[in-house]
Amino acid sequence: MLRLENVRKAFRSGQDIVLALGGVNLDLAKGDFLTVIGSNGAGKTTLLNIIAGTILPTVGRVSVKDRDVTTLPAYRRAQWIGRITQDPLAGTAPMMTIAENLALASKRAHRSLRLAITRRKRREMVERMLSLGMALEHRLDDPVSLLSGGERQALTVTMATLAQPEILLLDEHTAALDPANAAKVSLLTQEFVERLGVTTIMVTHNMEHALALGNRLLMMNKGEIIYDFNGGEKGSLTVVDLVDLFSRQHIVDDELLLEAR
Amino acid sequence: MALILIHAAEQGLLYGIAALGVFITYRILNFPDLTVDGSFVTGAAIASSLLVTHGFDPFLVLVIAFAAGAVAGVITGLLNTRLGITDLLAGVLSMIMLYSINLRIMGRPNISLLRTDTVVRIVAREFHSLGNMSVLLFVTIVTLAVMFILVFFFKTEIGLVLRATGDNEHMVIAQGVNTKRMKVAGLALSNGLVALSGALVAQYSGFADVGMGIGTIVTGLAAVIIGGSLIRSRKVVWMTTSVLIGSLIYRTAVMFALRYGYVIGFQASDLKLVTSLIVIVALVVPAFRERMARRVKTC
Repeated sequence: MLRLENVRKAFRSGQDIVLALGGVNLDLAKGDFLTVIGSNGAGKTTLLNIIAGTILPTVGRVSVKDRDVTTLPAYRRAQWIGRITQDPLAGTAPMMTIAENLALASKRAHRSLRLAITRRKRREMVERMLSLGMALEHRLDDPVSLLSGGERQALTVTMATLAQPEILLLDEHTAALDPANAAKVSLLTQEFVERLGVTTIMVTHNMEHALALGNRLLMMNKGEIIYDFNGGEKGSLTVVDLVDLFSRQHIVDDELLLEAR
Repeated sequence: MALILIHAAEQGLLYGIAALGVFITYRILNFPDLTVDGSFVTGAAIASSLLVTHGFDPFLVLVIAFAAGAVAGVITGLLNTRLGITDLLAGVLSMIMLYSINLRIMGRPNISLLRTDTVVRIVAREFHSLGNMSVLLFVTIVTLAVMFILVFFFKTEIGLVLRATGDNEHMVIAQGVNTKRMKVAGLALSNGLVALSGALVAQYSGFADVGMGIGTIVTGLAAVIIGGSLIRSRKVVWMTTSVLIGSLIYRTAVMFALRYGYVIGFQASDLKLVTSLIVIVALVVPAFRERMARRVKTC
């Protein structure tokens, strides 16, 4: 489904060149759910950016469904790849209404001069919003800017569902929410991933999440994959094991310890 | 007195079409586009030279003017999205290029339409039973038609994408849209409307002049801002209505200033200065009000 071959990314920082990714190889099959952990600057977000096409790799090859997409612009890759970031403001258009945002996501190709929101579509939207259980079904005509962070992120997840991507990239997408909303959005995402069997990569700082979700776990450091646990191996891991592995790399920082408690 | 109001309304609506064009770039696309100062004249130039030297149909030249303005918008769009020139500079470059092109189109700095049949004259002739209301009625119908087509367009799938492009471009890219192409399309639509307005104004006032477009961006902004401060809605139908109302208020104010301004020492040539001052105040007041409100809250 998704393959990265020797992907490197170098950034220029003044006189220096910083290697954000140093030769990453990764192969994901359809339906794989990969969780990625690593300290700040490990290259997790760069990895997602390269997959989504918002930045191009310095060297290496990215392919989706055996098609080379290394230089394909982000908007063309969007037909297969959905992405939800940490920022609840990023995934929706604030001045437009909930209904308009949903309409934008529900039709992704061959847009025409037909009315975007028909009565039938509205009824579907009400159904979708009812299933969220956030009382948004009465607010279809409210601009999204009036929604709370949790509501906006739930809407973003719903919009990703509508688009039915084959690959879903989650970049700490619950990190900016309060615990209750984070749990809700997390559950929503899980349902969605299971129902559609979408290939998923989730970057997280929460080691419990990283262990509880998915069938594969990557640990990254300084732009490289340092551990790669599959199915069974991953199942037997504990948070303590992870912290132990981190400390063996001398990359334990306060934040990680806090996360691990 | 009544006649002044009728003329103000006619002009308010005709320039209102240009203001709708400015509205598309400034409010919807979030792209401050200065091309309009040139494309307004392009519309007027194409219309009048086709009427005078080639005897074209006065209604047909409106369509041609729209198309010419759209091409100007496309050029600004390509300068910005393909060549990476910043939005303001891309607009300025187009505007300056258009100055020469407009002179080429007209062949001289101004063209009189006094001896030519224009849409305004045709309407006044065909509907002379309506007296001096006939032109106003025609202008109202044309402007409202443009507005409602625009409102409908912004409710279509493509229209929705165009609005979202100005609102959250990254999100629109993630929805699989080539936002560069959408910006070019939006600029084309905007400048098409501005050129249409120019063609109508030329036929209405009976001449085209290469300098008639100076300040189109400012008067357009004045209409958008005045209207927006009166009607605060995010619905497209109300936003576009507010632009037309803003344009009507602005033109009425200008009419009275030109007629009675001498009382307080105004000259007609002070108009652009006063307009710009109005726009500055209108731009600054909301930000100032917000700051005051925040200060009250923190106290």
